[in-house]
Amino acid sequence: MTAAKTLYEKLWDAHVVHAEADGTALIYIDRHLVHEVTSPQAFEGLKLAGRKPWRPSSIVATADHNTPTQHWEAGITDAVSRQQVETLDANIREVGALAYFPFKDKHQGIVHVIGPEHGATLPGMTVVCGDSHTSTHGAFACLAHGIGTSEVEHVLATQCLVQAKSKTMLVRVDGKVGNGVTAKDIVLALIGRIGTAGGSGYAIEFGGSAIRALTMEGRMTVCNMAIEAGARVGFVAVDQTTIDYLQGRSFAPKGDQWESAVSYWRTLVSDRDAKFDQIVVLDAAAIEPQVTWGTSPEMVCGIHGSVPAPEDFADPVKREGVARALQYMGLSPRTAISQIKIDKVFIGSCTNSRIEDLRAAAQVVKGRSIASSVKLALVVPGSGLVKRQAEAEGLDRIFIAAGFDWRQPGCSMCLAMNDDRLEPGERCASTSNRNFEGRQGAGGRTHLVSPAMAAAAAIAGRFVDVREIN
Amino acid sequence: MEKFEKHEGLVAPLDRSNVDTDAIIPKQFLKSIKRSGFGPNAFDEWRYLDHGEPGMDNSVRPRNPDFVLNQERYQGASILLVRVNFGCGSSREHAPWALQDCGFRALIGESFADIFFNNCYKNGVLPIVLPKAEIDALFGLTEYSPGFRLTIDLPAQLVVRPDGHKIPFQIDPFRKESLVNGWDEIGLTLRHAEKIREFEERRKREHAWLFA
Ligand code: SF4
Repeated sequence: MTAAKTLYEKLWDAHVVHAEADGTALIYIDRHLVHEVTSPQAFEGLKLAGRKPWRPSSIVATADHNTPTQHWEAGITDAVSRQQVETLDANIREVGALAYFPFKDKHQGIVHVIGPEHGATLPGMTVVCGDSHTSTHGAFACLAHGIGTSEVEHVLATQCLVQAKSKTMLVRVDGKVGNGVTAKDIVLALIGRIGTAGGSGYAIEFGGSAIRALTMEGRMTVCNMAIEAGARVGFVAVDQTTIDYLQGRSFAPKGDQWESAVSYWRTLVSDRDAKFDQIVVLDAAAIEPQVTWGTSPEMVCGIHGSVPAPEDFADPVKREGVARALQYMGLSPRTAISQIKIDKVFIGSCTNSRIEDLRAAAQVVKGRSIASSVKLALVVPGSGLVKRQAEAEGLDRIFIAAGFDWRQPGCSMCLAMNDDRLEPGERCASTSNRNFEGRQGAGGRTHLVSPAMAAAAAIAGRFVDVREIN
Repeated sequence: MEKFEKHEGLVAPLDRSNVDTDAIIPKQFLKSIKRSGFGPNAFDEWRYLDHGEPGMDNSVRPRNPDFVLNQERYQGASILLVRVNFGCGSSREHAPWALQDCGFRALIGESFADIFFNNCYKNGVLPIVLPKAEIDALFGLTEYSPGFRLTIDLPAQLVVRPDGHKIPFQIDPFRKESLVNGWDEIGLTLRHAEKIREFEERRKREHAWLFA
């Protein structure tokens, strides 16, 4: 009998091309996602070295980070952004790709949304992208992680990466989440518990009945933020939900190939007796809708909580960090979360811009209007496909009637590389994944929440428990 | 890549936890399609009092006198002392490019975010992890001894203080070898081209759907 393996070990073992004596290995890469910001220097490096891309058919590319979300007819007016997008066009034209969704293409969207929706992300794959939220694809039992530009070049040139094996962590979320509590709340609660460095050095497998009960979109939200817990990869084992999601997607296998793929995919689970280096258990029923109050995703609490005081923390470095965060966020200790008023709302990003996210937000918004104190409320679908689906369901009309802006797909105010941003001092309820200083615009103040909570905040003009307004 | 063997240099302290890559190099500078020139915009939001955009003349922008790296005593530093989870957030390699462009060859801290840690090696910047007690002591020494310098001996895996105190550090052997020799990692990997091809052929036979 062979030794019991975790899913991570199975995925790792299946991709080792060459192992060094010190445990590092050359890992084969099945899928390479490419976008405009982190790839130009890699393509240039490749060319300068006179090297050819190893397997262009592994590439799926799109422009998402600095494309505008309105006035598409005017093109990209920011010259520097335009040059970057045009450089991507030229590089892909020269090199080729399995799929390319350029700016304005009807399938264009956030790289981590389009991969799965086209079935270009498949169980058992290694997936890389020059973007830290590549962990999203782990929802499909992939070994998926973000890489830097040198590694983008390395993958282009060799189809491989030099990797060291991670330790394994099982995050088991047992029980059932309450009404109004979503995947986003689960992962924020986890980060609040283990901290932003809690997953450092680990590959996190998410399991337990609350994870099994999530849809693929919910699982993507959870895996997306594994990186905010410090882990490079986060993933969920294959089950029927995974397989049902993939059937019929454009790049998913068909016919006999489908059958053989599915039988392989079913093996992509941790063996019953597999040993993890660490296990963290969360009680789903105890998780409330979460709201971050600081400048790191670990600075988070439930909607009925309040902002802590620096002196609550024993560690002087932490105390100092909290004091700095409160100052930046313009919050005083002991303020109830539900008293925090907001100026803007952003519903979007690779964490929460899929159709189910938009449905959840629309359900809260329906028949209501955003508070008069809210200056701007944006809905930015994750992709062209999501946008059209939402429009077919009439979600756009619900949002627009309530006073939201309905935009074209892209990363938008998640990182504010285009025109969508916070002004200094503005406070935002955001469904994105990072509340760092200046992330959504210099001096901007970000509170991370689920789509339903963001919608509720837009209506109330402050944070409220979405369960109380429904 | 530039070789890294022994390095001796001035130390600058950055006493904050969770410094993210967006703080190291703000997003507006990522629109560049080049690898160099990011140095003047490293820590842009902390370093200057106005808002920076690409194309500005940084030499005339108002500097924030309170930002530690602006202090006269830390000019010319090549070793950056940091705290916990340094380099978290976005995977942008522009962060080590910017630090390198500012003259930093090594970072010493309690912990580094994973992708950033990797990216440093690819650019000949050495991130060194030391225990908290050593880091606390180094922050104290840097603050109270103007001109405080350290020597980093990579082959011996030691950080050496001017008082002779030697602090050992860990580094994985392959990375160490690559840095010491200034190897091109792609070139190294391509020595295994035949193995990669064989692996790919086998994978195609076993899982044709992966190559559709
Ligand atoms: S939506 Fe935000 S986090 Fe996701 S890929 Fe775009 S910028 Fe990165």
